[in-house]
Amino acid sequence: MKGDAKTTVHANPFMPEPARIIRTQMLTKDVKFFQIRLADMEKALAFRYSPGQFIMLSVLGAGEAPFSISSTPSRPGLLEFCIRKAGTVTNALFRFKENDLVGLRGPYGNGFPLEEMLDRDILIVMGGLGAAPLRSVLLYCLDNRDKFRRVILLHGAKNPEEMIFREEFYSLKEREDLECFLTVDSDTTGEWKENIGVVTALFEKCRNINPADTAALVCGPPVMYKFVLKELVKLNIPKDQILMTLERRMKCGVGKCGHCAIDYIYTCLDGPVFTYWDVLHMRELI
Amino acid sequence: MRIVKLKKENLFPFLEVISKEADLWAPVKKYEDKHVFKAVEDFSEIDLDYQRTIIPPRRILLPPKTNMFEATQNTYKEDFSNVSKKIIFGIHACDVNALVIMDRFYNFAYDDPYYTRARENTLILGYSCWPDEHCLCKSTNTHIVTEGYDLFFSKLDTHYLVWIGSSQGDDLIRKQPSLFNEDISDKDIQTYLNWQKEREDAFQAEIDFIDMPDLIELKYNDPLWEELGKACLACGSCTNVCPTCNCYNVYDKPILGKNASKIVRCWDACTLENYSEVAGGENFRENRADRLKLWYTHKLQAYISKYGKPACVGCGRCIVSCPVDINVLTVGKTLSGEKVDAFWKRFNLQVKKEVRK
Ligand SMILES: Cc1cc2nc3c(=O)[nH]c(=O)nc-3n(C[C@H](O)[C@H](O)[C@H](O)COP(=O)(O)OP(=O)(O)OC[C@H]3O[C@@H](n4cnc5c(N)ncnc54)[C@H](O)[C@@H]3O)c2cc1C
Ligand code: SF4
Ligand code: SF4
Ligand code: FES
Repeated sequence: MKGDAKTTVHANPFMPEPARIIRTQMLTKDVKFFQIRLADMEKALAFRYSPGQFIMLSVLGAGEAPFSISSTPSRPGLLEFCIRKAGTVTNALFRFKENDLVGLRGPYGNGFPLEEMLDRDILIVMGGLGAAPLRSVLLYCLDNRDKFRRVILLHGAKNPEEMIFREEFYSLKEREDLECFLTVDSDTTGEWKENIGVVTALFEKCRNINPADTAALVCGPPVMYKFVLKELVKLNIPKDQILMTLERRMKCGVGKCGHCAIDYIYTCLDGPVFTYWDVLHMRELI
Repeated sequence: MRIVKLKKENLFPFLEVISKEADLWAPVKKYEDKHVFKAVEDFSEIDLDYQRTIIPPRRILLPPKTNMFEATQNTYKEDFSNVSKKIIFGIHACDVNALVIMDRFYNFAYDDPYYTRARENTLILGYSCWPDEHCLCKSTNTHIVTEGYDLFFSKLDTHYLVWIGSSQGDDLIRKQPSLFNEDISDKDIQTYLNWQKEREDAFQAEIDFIDMPDLIELKYNDPLWEELGKACLACGSCTNVCPTCNCYNVYDKPILGKNASKIVRCWDACTLENYSEVAGGENFRENRADRLKLWYTHKLQAYISKYGKPACVGCGRCIVSCPVDINVLTVGKTLSGEKVDAFWKRFNLQVKKEVRK
């Protein structure tokens, strides 16, 4: 090697920050809740994000994977995640205990268009792990309650044991400024007092919304989209006011690795939040 | 911009001077008519009479495997060991243009330091070429350079005309100005213009890229994609050889005996099977047809929609390397309704015949 290479200082977007696991809790038999804080307190407090954004978590020896932020920026300091055991990284994360260190970088992605949601009715429809990103925006709306009109939550799960944040959402039912409807396909516990049936059955509860002034937010397993989108269109909510977050394989989060590409869209930069209108124009999206 | 003249016999003395402070990479013959870029010490190895290297020059900036970090539980040490002062000499117009696309890509939204640092320590010395039957660069308008080079050498009979494209390029010339000559005669100019004209006329392969974005859209559900999918071997060659492909994967490589890992980034290809798989084993592009559609959407539509020109620079590498003739030329022509002779076509005919039997 000859000569001295120039070494302009570049911020390295791939560099993880050490972050400490503060608390963990099993939510269902394969989904775990994590509270994590950047180890550097100043950085922890300065960390800015918006609901719908995601971060990359890394575990030495296992690798890195994207996760939606489940907490709300209106409660700074702690970041919350709910993580399903799926493969190498998530299995390693499940073995981690309180006080252990992981790597964290981000936030990435566009997040929900909060500006466009102001002064509108907010209809949130979640299923399965879709609760992860949508809990962030739900809590954000509740913390800034006067900025939004009606806030409606429809949440469906296979059975009560698989309902993520069951207890938390259950207690939210107490709030008068939130219309919260929970449903399960079947009650395996014998103690379920809420609705039984698929999530689309809950749409009965929002017949009287004002569609032109509603932002609908959807996230859940692929099968859910098909039925829920149909209902939302039936309610006459404009397609560009139906927002959804999408999952793609992601290796970098910053538009370089190419894994999340759909046509000329990079899900990690241009998403993960898209409108139904976008989706109809990108054939591969769902 | 300034143009100077260099006598042919002064080329190696010039390379000698400039390679004192940087590694000189140049085309050398690997076997038969196959060339590669290599860091050369012995200039007699340099073979400027080459068509296209097997692997594009982006390999010099981001090799198939790049260590990003050496990491322990709470420290991540950046690894820039690939970064050194380099001069790439002998790079053709299409590849210079491909690097311009790469520069834009790696700087978009987030700056990728592994590329950027390597790139800012690299000087590009372009070299003129003559098309063969696979060169498509006239159709992509990348057969000439307007940016992205520090020096560009156009070969005439007894000397080179050398375009100076940057102040770093100018610095190279100034290391030994006596090798160069400023008085370009009318005869030189005429020789150059004649050469230029002859070269323009020498292109054989041609497709119309203007219509490609529309055609990709209109023929999104065309049976063509299934036909291509059936013949494609999912070998990933097309992606490895294309100078504007950039996808990569990342993995942790534990360092034995230490509680530490190397974080390695390695080339990946969207034409490979597990590229788009997500949690739960769901794969958004399980079949080859869908993956090829992504590749061609990227080359022929996506970049055009964003920047007004294709992401293909017409280097012809996919044309010479795909074992079943799936390449921009046969795909592009088929999309625009032209008949082509390609292995994948014959293969599909054969399959149909056998099904009929
Ligand atoms: C924007 C975004 C937000 C997300 N948010 C969340 C969230 O909040 N919570 C959550 O739990 N998940 C979330 N995910 C999904 C999560 O990132 C993936 O599940 C991730 O793959 C988990 O990493 P892993 O290493 O544990 O799994 P991996 O080891 O990557 O395995 C995941 C699956 O992919 C397959 N697979 C992986 N690599 C290969 C390969 N090389 N060859 C063949 N098959 C392979 C495996 O079969 C497995 O089914 C999100 C994803 C995105 C894109
Ligand atoms: S698509 Fe083919 S011809 Fe175009 S730049 Fe890539 S390898 Fe070269
Ligand atoms: S298109 Fe050709 S080169 Fe590319 S993966 Fe398929 S068979 Fe291999
Ligand atoms: S995750 Fe790497 S490009 Fe989007």
